[in-house]
Amino acid sequence: MGADAWIALLADPGSWQERWSDIRPHDLLDWKRPKAYEDVIDAAREDGLNEAVRTGTATIGDRPAWLAVFDFRFVGGTLSIVAGERLARGLEAAAASGVPYLLVTASGGARMQEGVLALMQLAKVNGAVGRLHASRTPFFSILTDPTFGGVSASLALMADLNIAEPGAAIGFTGARVIKQATYADLPKGFQSAEFQLAHGQVDMVVPRTELRRRLIHLLELYR
Amino acid sequence: MTDTLSVWQLVETARHQDRPYFGDYVSRLVPDFVELHGDRLSADDPALVAGVGTWHGRTALFMGNQKGRTLTERLRRNWGMMHPEGYRKALRLAHQAAKFGFPIVCLVDTPGAYPGAGAEERGIAAAIAGAIMEWFTIPVPVLACIIGEGGSGGALGLAVADRVLMMENSIYSVASPEAAASIVWRDNARKVEAAEQLQITSRDLLAMGVVEEVIPEPPGGAHTDYDAAARALDAALVRSLQPLLEEDPRALLERRYERYRYIDSLIGAAEHFGPKVGATGE
Repeated sequence: MGADAWIALLADPGSWQERWSDIRPHDLLDWKRPKAYEDVIDAAREDGLNEAVRTGTATIGDRPAWLAVFDFRFVGGTLSIVAGERLARGLEAAAASGVPYLLVTASGGARMQEGVLALMQLAKVNGAVGRLHASRTPFFSILTDPTFGGVSASLALMADLNIAEPGAAIGFTGARVIKQATYADLPKGFQSAEFQLAHGQVDMVVPRTELRRRLIHLLELYR
Repeated sequence: MTDTLSVWQLVETARHQDRPYFGDYVSRLVPDFVELHGDRLSADDPALVAGVGTWHGRTALFMGNQKGRTLTERLRRNWGMMHPEGYRKALRLAHQAAKFGFPIVCLVDTPGAYPGAGAEERGIAAAIAGAIMEWFTIPVPVLACIIGEGGSGGALGLAVADRVLMMENSIYSVASPEAAASIVWRDNARKVEAAEQLQITSRDLLAMGVVEEVIPEPPGGAHTDYDAAARALDAALVRSLQPLLEEDPRALLERRYERYRYIDSLIGAAEHFGPKVGATGE
């Protein structure tokens, strides 16, 4: 499900106000093969997509919230400089105002085409997450399929409440790579939301149809 | 030396089996080093060696990945690839260093965190994420140096610091060249092409503003002269530490936050992102 559909599902009708949609990715490393990064970005933008993270404010059950939503359709929802910048600005704004921060993840990890600068976004974002916690602002993370690599190793699992969708694959290293690296047979359901619930990484597994109602209740409890 | 090597030759130098490892450096920099073990939760991760000792007249906490030189040692050290327990040990000792006011030096040399089922079952993602987040709250000077391989989030979990240095022939990357090739080509045999595009050399990272300093290695590389490499590392670390010792802890943490908050500002992004300095209220 794309970012636009998630925003429509969670936000009160007409309440969404997008921020920083004008900041755009650039080919800083001169990446040409197998596809030029510029062409990859242009193709995604021609499909009407605006980077792997969109962020803004909304109300949810009449309560204000910051919302940051990954979009897997934009280069696999990869964490980029623009994504990291939008996340950090939103986290800082939420910390300053005390308005709850809601995150929806869907990502393969950091964006290879931005090299080590994409890796640095993990630190940029987690520094801001630490400040959000210090400001005692609620932070709920909704983990959707898939959530891996640099996103699971940055803000995705650092929320006060980690809420996973049923069956969503959540982990650091993908199952294919683990099998290649270790020749291990992985159990059925490895890295599923239910597996992560059993292993202490998420607080609850909530189906999409019940999510908005559950969030409204949680926003009430953590007000 | 960097001038004459291809990117892939540099990768091979960074991974050279005779390259000095954490133990080779720490025995030279901190002769009275006392190793400390365990995360106080479940285990001790041998892929990360950590301990305290006297460094230029003061007690300091040193930690780093240990790859192991023989096959037996490599198996025991897991080639320097940490499990969740390693990141938890690092944080436990970082908090201890904060308690006693010890500066912290992290020497990074890992292909990445361990890509195995056990690591996943015990929460490797959250362990790395928690480490990255908590390093921003450790109110003593933190120095990091990439001494060989700095691979992915597994390396960054030990490299959120006030100053980050690189040995000349080391590499630091969002993913290993093999992993990056597997992601963008679906074929890890394209590792050389991936390495060339990723910009992972010390010179690249200095130009991007991701590291503060590159430490020149002896002619032929660090593996040809451990003593000279250790002297160069020692001198650079001490030089980096000096100004940090005089900083007020709150200012130190503010600056560490800003170091990463605006770390991408050098690479031409400024015009697209607007003002980069002072936005968090300095």
